[in-house]
Amino acid sequence: MSTIAPQVVTTEFTPTGSRQMDDDSIRTNDLNLWYGDFQALMNVSVNIKKGIITGLIGPSGCGKTTLLRCFNRINERYGNVTTTGDIEILEKNIYDSDVSVRQLRRSIGMVFQRPNPLPISIYDNVLFGMGIHDADKSLSKSNRNDIVEKSLREVDLWNTVKDRLKSRATTLTLEQQQKLCIARLLPLKPDIILMDEPCSALDAEGIEKVENLIESLRDDYTVVIVTHNMAQARRATDECIFMLLGEIIEHSKTSELFLNPQHEKTEMYIQGRYG
Amino acid sequence: MSSELNNPFASTEQEHRGKKVELLVKSCTLAMTWLLIIPVLAIIIFLVYKAWPALSIEFLLDNPEKKMTAGGIWGPLIGTFFLVLVSLIIAAPTGILAGVYLNEFARDNWVTRFINLAVVNLAGVPSIVHGLFGLGAFVYFLGMDRCLLAASCTVAVMTLPVIITSTKEALASVPMSFRVACWNMGATKWQTIRTIVLPNSISGILTGVILQVARAAGETAPILFTGAMISSRIADSGWDAMVPYGLEDRFMALSYHLYIISTQWQNVPESFKFGTAAVMIGLVIAVNSLSIGFRIYLRARKKW
Repeated sequence: MSTIAPQVVTTEFTPTGSRQMDDDSIRTNDLNLWYGDFQALMNVSVNIKKGIITGLIGPSGCGKTTLLRCFNRINERYGNVTTTGDIEILEKNIYDSDVSVRQLRRSIGMVFQRPNPLPISIYDNVLFGMGIHDADKSLSKSNRNDIVEKSLREVDLWNTVKDRLKSRATTLTLEQQQKLCIARLLPLKPDIILMDEPCSALDAEGIEKVENLIESLRDDYTVVIVTHNMAQARRATDECIFMLLGEIIEHSKTSELFLNPQHEKTEMYIQGRYG
Repeated sequence: MSSELNNPFASTEQEHRGKKVELLVKSCTLAMTWLLIIPVLAIIIFLVYKAWPALSIEFLLDNPEKKMTAGGIWGPLIGTFFLVLVSLIIAAPTGILAGVYLNEFARDNWVTRFINLAVVNLAGVPSIVHGLFGLGAFVYFLGMDRCLLAASCTVAVMTLPVIITSTKEALASVPMSFRVACWNMGATKWQTIRTIVLPNSISGILTGVILQVARAAGETAPILFTGAMISSRIADSGWDAMVPYGLEDRFMALSYHLYIISTQWQNVPESFKFGTAAVMIGLVIAVNSLSIGFRIYLRARKKW
């Protein structure tokens, strides 16, 4: 059995005619990242396309979540982290000195494994992001109500919670909480939504509903979703990136990656022979 | 017999012994727990019994008279109130802000570890040493003279470490996921603290502060050299009776008053000594109950 070759196998394909440069939403070039002495990402170069759902798969500890956290620079809040290489998002290097991390995080939303609505009302959760960016100061009450309704409708939560908008968000079911966590990103009009195993705390029914929701976000947002669930990656993503030990092994259309993996390790992983 | 033979789960000899040990341990721990309550009840009952002849509204509201042999404890009572008030005005903001820094901003480096070590050690300093420190630092070095302000500063230094520690613990009990959610939406650390972390830890923080009220009210040693006085003439009624001491005045305080009438003064009625002690204990219990009630109220409001 051969060892893992470091080169990336990328299958070129053109979904809609000729591919243009601005098709890419996120582009990394030779990205390396260390937690202290431990190297978690190795020479990651990847292009994530605009308006589609990209899955990040791979066994635990392969750097999926770390890569996700690079995109909004939240890694910097986790202490001893060193990064080299470039990350371009919407054609802008996010490590440039004129990049405001707050604005970056405003346009790149994050959804977590464990739903984490804030311990305030449902209504305030939806408007929280606008509040911290002072975007709600000039809004009238009816404007705010409109934003809350629109955001909650977009995640298919409005009808369930419209009569108890003032109750605590933490009283919702996990599925509703996770939808709320997505809804609270929408008033900030993000370009990209990052999701770190968004369904792993949910039951089967919840998974289906949240997957449908993610599906409906396609086109309007670029979605990058980390998942451990192969079936989910197959169902819910357009492209998949397979990572192993901090490296990108394979990046291609989901159907191709699952039907015709180019790399032996990818094949073994999607067949469930390790990880 | 046959049913015993057929029982695959019959208990063994060892288990019988185990059960006895279990019972013994349970009753021992229970007995020790009850033992704790005995001194508390004994002290309270004894105090109230001995103090009973003196206890009255007049005892609380009158000033000591005729060399402490008559009147009440208004002067010491209001003195203690001001001591606690001023010391908290100094210690609470300082301690809470320091706790916020240590838990929310400080990175884990040697400076932070050194500060934490200092806080722990400060909490272990005996109160008489605080008193001598206050005498040296505030009275002599800063030239405050012996006064309410110097004593309050000394008590503030004494209560700071516990306020810092309880603030840190209260903040640490707020789940990290709330902070992470805020940061990922672009919130600054201060926005996160102000909107989410503090509102959800305020009950724990205030409980720590309120518990220090009891400590500040009860300690004698820190105020012994820094501002407490045996007897000061204060008005019997009106504004001057309500606010008898300025920051630069020496003052009477319950704990010091009790010490004086119990050891230094002749012919003070027994009931006065026990009355003063009972009022002090009563104050401490009242403040503690307030903090417990407050905590229950705030905890019922928060849910996650």
